[in-house]
Amino acid sequence: MVAILPERETRSRRARPALIDCDFHNELDSIKDLYPYLSQHWRDHIDTFGMRGPSGGIYPRFMDHREDARPPSGRRSGSEVTHSRSDFLDPYNIAHAMTIPLTSAPRMLNLDLGAAMASAVNDWQIAEWLEPEPRLRASLTVAVEDPISAAKEIERLGNDKRFVQVFVPGRTHEPLGRRKYWPIYEAAAKHSLHIMSHAFGSYGYPITGAGHASFYVEEHVGPAQAVQANIISLVTEGVFETFPTLKFVSVENGFGWVPSLMWRMDNTYKLYKDEVPHLKRLPSEYIREHVYLTTQPVEEPHKPEYFLQLIEQFGDMVSHILFASDYPHWDSDDPDFALPNNLPDAMLKAIQFDNARKLYNL
Amino acid sequence: MIEPHATGSANVATRPALVDSDAHCEVPKVDALFPYLPAYWVEHIQQTMFKGATTSYYPSKNAPGTGPEGRRQVGPPPASSLKLVQDELLDPSGVEYAILNCLYAIDTLNNPDAAVAMASAVNDWLIAEWLEKDARLRASLVVPVQLPALAAREIERVGDHPGFVQVLLPVRTSMPLGNRNFHPLWEAITRKNLVAGVHFGGAPGNPPTPTGWPSYYFEEYAGMAQVFATQLTSIISEGVFDRFPSVRVAFLESGWTWLPSHLWRFDKEWKNLRRLVPWVKRPPSEYVHEHVRLSVQPLDGPDDDPRQLLQVLEQLGSEEILMYASDYPRQPVADAEQALLRHLPESFARKIRSENARALYGL
Repeated sequence: MVAILPERETRSRRARPALIDCDFHNELDSIKDLYPYLSQHWRDHIDTFGMRGPSGGIYPRFMDHREDARPPSGRRSGSEVTHSRSDFLDPYNIAHAMTIPLTSAPRMLNLDLGAAMASAVNDWQIAEWLEPEPRLRASLTVAVEDPISAAKEIERLGNDKRFVQVFVPGRTHEPLGRRKYWPIYEAAAKHSLHIMSHAFGSYGYPITGAGHASFYVEEHVGPAQAVQANIISLVTEGVFETFPTLKFVSVENGFGWVPSLMWRMDNTYKLYKDEVPHLKRLPSEYIREHVYLTTQPVEEPHKPEYFLQLIEQFGDMVSHILFASDYPHWDSDDPDFALPNNLPDAMLKAIQFDNARKLYNL
Repeated sequence: MIEPHATGSANVATRPALVDSDAHCEVPKVDALFPYLPAYWVEHIQQTMFKGATTSYYPSKNAPGTGPEGRRQVGPPPASSLKLVQDELLDPSGVEYAILNCLYAIDTLNNPDAAVAMASAVNDWLIAEWLEKDARLRASLVVPVQLPALAAREIERVGDHPGFVQVLLPVRTSMPLGNRNFHPLWEAITRKNLVAGVHFGGAPGNPPTPTGWPSYYFEEYAGMAQVFATQLTSIISEGVFDRFPSVRVAFLESGWTWLPSHLWRFDKEWKNLRRLVPWVKRPPSEYVHEHVRLSVQPLDGPDDDPRQLLQVLEQLGSEEILMYASDYPRQPVADAEQALLRHLPESFARKIRSENARALYGL
């Protein structure tokens, strides 16, 4: 049976605690929102030719964004900073929020268009989000599959300290540790930017290690598997050996799978360490040092005490768990109810605030 | 909370009953299948570059031993004859039954006639040279999983042999196993009252991760747990257990410590999204408890702390779900008796050692 946790006193009845939200979506209402930041050439290209991503991979799905978060103008939920402020940032006492714009820039097959769109997204973020709302920090959009141009974009804006991390999609063309992507890591490390992977994103390849799934529910359960593949790759390829200051932030992938992944990787190391002589430490040690994870969607254990067991298995790595709302997506967590009610107060506060403040130097 | 048990079964004087739910036998070389192949394919193998299914799901110089000693061994390939399996596994371990899984890579054969012929040959070889020579043995029949209708025909052909208790399916497939293209296969498995044994490995041609091909076998090995998770998502979401209510699935060499957190997420998503799959009437974890069993290897837990492993065991939510396995001839990293079973109450350990496999396979 799915356990239903006993309802706790809603925090709205007392003062809400300050939160740092590590998954706040700023949305385009349409691609035309980027036009002020695109050249005439690319505006004409989009208007008269169109944008090409990989084709296929469509499932029926019934929800996009929360209707109750839609601005009075009728534009898309999350597409106006003033409305997101009054609807979410102010009432929920959000001290800081990390913007994660999920645009189609990284999936453009035309890499020059992808790079131009990525720059436009970043300029749009500066002008329309970071300037008017000082609580926001931003994720830098890059054309991930063209790491040379991605590194250039990181160079262009890496000194603007309001950008705190580089966004990579949940499913890339190659596992994230592959050398192809290292120019991105080199540039990010140089500017003290983290690498942040947000769930989903599909580039036309099967979204599982066993072919194309049929249903959106499979797609929506699957990000935990995808990010594990990427973490396995980042560790095994030695990315954290080569870039020892780099941090990887996993967003919207859950975190219940972390202990089991670390156990399995350490056992794999016992079997096959000869194959990876560049690794100097146990895989779990790299994960414990370099990987951070956000809460939403929190796994919901069948008994409340299992959550405490999970926390025990995390050990010191509990300091790597970060609160995230996923506002304004359909499956976003209400900050008042996002976490189980049996967490010790100090741990709750660390997850809601302190851990992210430390990671992002806020 | 399951607390580590003081007087574990390691102290029991008589050897406890044991059923090995995942042991392996290997086709020593393709000539061994000649007596069971049509003349056309014998001639083909003798006269052309085609030598049967030569792909291994394990590192090619390291199969199936582990570590440098496995790599450098001389002599007959491990597990390649009945005598070897008797001498190294059946006699010393004292198992009552061992389920043999032959990982001959039928799924790599793109030529459908070759795939069918080689699968049939392996099955007839299993019957003649293994099942009919040692009463302790049971086996999984192999099928060309990439051709579900022809796989169903092979199940019809040999599925009534009392030695076959299971159909072997590689966990890596070109489309997820719940997909409707596989329903003829599930139907045949149901008709013959066999278990669907989903096993580590597979080489369907598509990458083993949702993000492409990893550089190292290390990654493929560690990441296979996620492929199992994906297959479970597919089998339940597609309604396999609703359409074929008597179907039972065994996950073999899958590991199992990944399962509780996967089900926490999957149950939550089912609540949100069940409208997309209205035939899935209950939380996914309930289907798992009713239909799915897992072999105990590889035993991925912390090195130093049985408590955390026991926490995950408790989180599985059922004493009926795990089955002892040797993974012979591979040496597992963790010994099941040492790492797990000796910490359990005797009645629970007995279920894992033998009773759960007995119930699943009708032994």
